[in-house]
Amino acid sequence: MDNTEFDDIPGTRVFTAERAKQGYHLNQFCMSLMKPENRERFKASERAYLDEWPMTEAQKQAVLDRDYNAMLGLGGNIYFLAKIFATDGLSYLQAVSTMTGMTVEDYQQMMLAGGRSPDGWRSVKDGT
Amino acid sequence: MARITAGLTTSHIPAIGAAIDLGKTEEPYWKPLFAGYEWTKAWAADHRPDVVILVYNDHASAFTPELVPTFALGCADEFQPADEGYGPRPVPVVRGHGDLAAHLAQSLILDEFDLTLMYKLDVDHGLTVPLSLVYGQPGEWPVQVIPLAVNVVQYPPPTGHRCLRLGQAIRRAVQSFGEDLTVHVWGTGGMSHQLQGPRAGFINKEFDTAFLNRLVKDPEGLAKVPHLEYVREAGSEGIELVMQLIMRGALGSEVEELYRFYHVPGSNTAVGHIVLRPSDSSQP
Repeated sequence: MDNTEFDDIPGTRVFTAERAKQGYHLNQFCMSLMKPENRERFKASERAYLDEWPMTEAQKQAVLDRDYNAMLGLGGNIYFLAKIFATDGLSYLQAVSTMTGMTVEDYQQMMLAGGRSPDGWRSVKDGT
Repeated sequence: MARITAGLTTSHIPAIGAAIDLGKTEEPYWKPLFAGYEWTKAWAADHRPDVVILVYNDHASAFTPELVPTFALGCADEFQPADEGYGPRPVPVVRGHGDLAAHLAQSLILDEFDLTLMYKLDVDHGLTVPLSLVYGQPGEWPVQVIPLAVNVVQYPPPTGHRCLRLGQAIRRAVQSFGEDLTVHVWGTGGMSHQLQGPRAGFINKEFDTAFLNRLVKDPEGLAKVPHLEYVREAGSEGIELVMQLIMRGALGSEVEELYRFYHVPGSNTAVGHIVLRPSDSSQP
């Protein structure tokens, strides 16, 4: 199948082999944060630590901004990016909510009420 | 002869593991979720297999961006709980069954399933959370475990059809193992969830319910569902559901549903759990 079909799904970036290639160094940087000594060095100077990696400037800036939607757009994948928010002491729920434009409290409330309804989130083209 | 006597599916949400490890299972948020596994814990105490073949996915713990095996079989005698960035979960080391794993590798590869074989594999929440849900917090896990890690992180993951066929091949392989063992097959992950982008928090109870119904009654039809439909209807991370078809294939043509539980939310995810056993009339 043609991967462009995934682009019809609203608010979603599917982590294809092409994106894995684009995000390789970003995701490798994330993996490095599984080691405590690397987390300490990153926290001591985020910019200096990022400069050790052959990432694009846009990728580095997205990490510094903790802009997870931007990181996804630059080849990041959530399970790798999780190492960044784990370093920040955030849970999946807290970090994931930042991508939705909702406050953590509103997002948590939506989940308790049964989650985001599929209606309106199935297809850009069909508006369903 | 070894035989497969039951199968189950369950979500493997990391926050469930954290709730167990931190003693939060009685808190109002978590209590209804854990209550849904009480039936299974009692059943599992009375129906303990020698070996569990546990189908799960690694979450950037053992597999880095450098290596993306579609199917990876754990052939070692033990597997350490992975450090996922918060320190390893305080759970027992997972004991493998190297002889059955070696037999599975031999049988499945000659049956044309080109597995990656893992002789060192740290296992993350995808594998240890289901063990905790079913067996609680013992000093040692009461079963030996053969991990089967499936790539569902980088697209494309295997198709549902391929997963169902792999399960069927696992059934043949287990049945041709000479030792007298009982085996359960677990398919973990799901149900609907999305952990990324503005659509995060996506839950589709209607799809999940239909998925479980078809998993029981119509696995061949369910195996035809394309990836696009999973992403559209179950969320980008809901694609994990294809792994449950491996479990289903391993149980043979007909199954009996013993128990089902469904609950929203577990963190960002719909929790789904079903326990099955092969019908007496089930064909290999």
